[in-house]
Amino acid sequence: MSRAVLEVLAPGPLTTVQDGGRAGYARLGVPRSGAFDRSALRAANRLVGNPPDAAALEVTLGGLQLRLHHALTLAITGAPCAGLDHGVAVTLPAGAVVRLDTPRAGLRSYLAVRGAIALSAVLGSRSTDTLSGLGPAPLRAGDRLAVGPEPPAPVDGSLVPAPALPRRLRVVLGPRADWFAPDAPTALTRTGWTVRPDSDRIGVRLDGPPLRRIRAGELPSEPTLPGALQVPPDGRPILLGPDAPVTGGYPVIAVLRTAELSAAAQLRPGDRVRFVTS
Amino acid sequence: MISRPYGDRAVLLEPDDPAQLAGLRATLGAAPGVLEVVPAARTLLVSFDQARTSGAAIVEAARQAEHAPQELPDAALVELPVRYDGADLQDVAEEVGCSVPELIARHSSAEYTVDFCGFAPGFAYLSGLEPALHRPRLATPRTQVPAGSVGIAGEYTGVYPRSSPGGWRLLGRTEAPLWDPSRTPPALLAPGVRVRFRPL
Repeated sequence: MSRAVLEVLAPGPLTTVQDGGRAGYARLGVPRSGAFDRSALRAANRLVGNPPDAAALEVTLGGLQLRLHHALTLAITGAPCAGLDHGVAVTLPAGAVVRLDTPRAGLRSYLAVRGAIALSAVLGSRSTDTLSGLGPAPLRAGDRLAVGPEPPAPVDGSLVPAPALPRRLRVVLGPRADWFAPDAPTALTRTGWTVRPDSDRIGVRLDGPPLRRIRAGELPSEPTLPGALQVPPDGRPILLGPDAPVTGGYPVIAVLRTAELSAAAQLRPGDRVRFVTS
Repeated sequence: MISRPYGDRAVLLEPDDPAQLAGLRATLGAAPGVLEVVPAARTLLVSFDQARTSGAAIVEAARQAEHAPQELPDAALVELPVRYDGADLQDVAEEVGCSVPELIARHSSAEYTVDFCGFAPGFAYLSGLEPALHRPRLATPRTQVPAGSVGIAGEYTGVYPRSSPGGWRLLGRTEAPLWDPSRTPPALLAPGVRVRFRPL
């Protein structure tokens, strides 16, 4: 039985429900969605004894305020926010209010609740897809969230450290590096790219010296994956996020190694990042 | 066939003949360790489990399939009833140099195939549009295209499953339920499905 026990007093800039994502529907045009920082989601769920990809809250730049209507065990991972002990399971009494400050570094925090956020799945996932609108709407003040039943696994007493900030992300060149000038791969890895303010779950937009394309025209639409570095005609790469469209016509110069995507989720506007080929 | 790496857990395959995409999709979808096969206009993205297979093994399987005769099950045929009263019907007829009734007859006489989905959940790119009807998108996309709108753009025709912004040239509208996440499968038009438009 689920209980309506979390009341949203303030959602902060953007708080969404995220789980392991909507896998397997890309061929029908459905974005993958799911936690951008999957490692942090899994760590938070492990601390409270949930299955690894259970639904939790993805809090963007803090600001979330919640009132608990029952005693609950919570854990927060990802970008550390003052207001709740980071990286440990914490049990709070009924009536407690959690107020998350803006993180000093990093962008996305994951707040898992023992029992997980309970709401009905759409195409196998409870994730909010900010591009196509599938799943629950982003949280608003006044929302009440239900929490699922106690999972069989115990609370984990360990401590999860805050993630290191992503300064260098490993990429594999291609598939369309040949659409760019021969010096473009070097330019991609030599440049310190700055994260633009218009970045979101669809894409992390980067600023730096434009990558020069040598082929004109449009590429027929190609399938994409989160982590791809797509380069529009202005030459400034966009790192595709979990809500990115599943096909696109801009050439992809390189793709992040899968293990790096979680780190990329913590890039916030103004941060500098480099890419390394390995 | 050209293969290109796509990160560390996927390969992008481009067969010499796009007609081979459907066969490759079926063969690779059943290959061990393959997690997902997503088609697009000329290419196929194959994601795999590194613990069970490799990019090289997938490329090898794809090369073998390329040279083997493909036995594909007969794809489903979906008929979509269309009221041809789209906002761009007249303009497109003028550009093509035919009457509106002739344009309707030409668009509705062909059989189309879903090559791939993208842009939005359930939005299918249908190939088979006669070359004389290949028209560019609107220079300025509409901010709101109603659900069920039937349009053309470039070499494709398609139907907007839900209301959204869009730049396709609109010929008409269908009431057919194209997208319903509570249904299995949620999309009426999946890759490989054949489609006919029936004028109302």
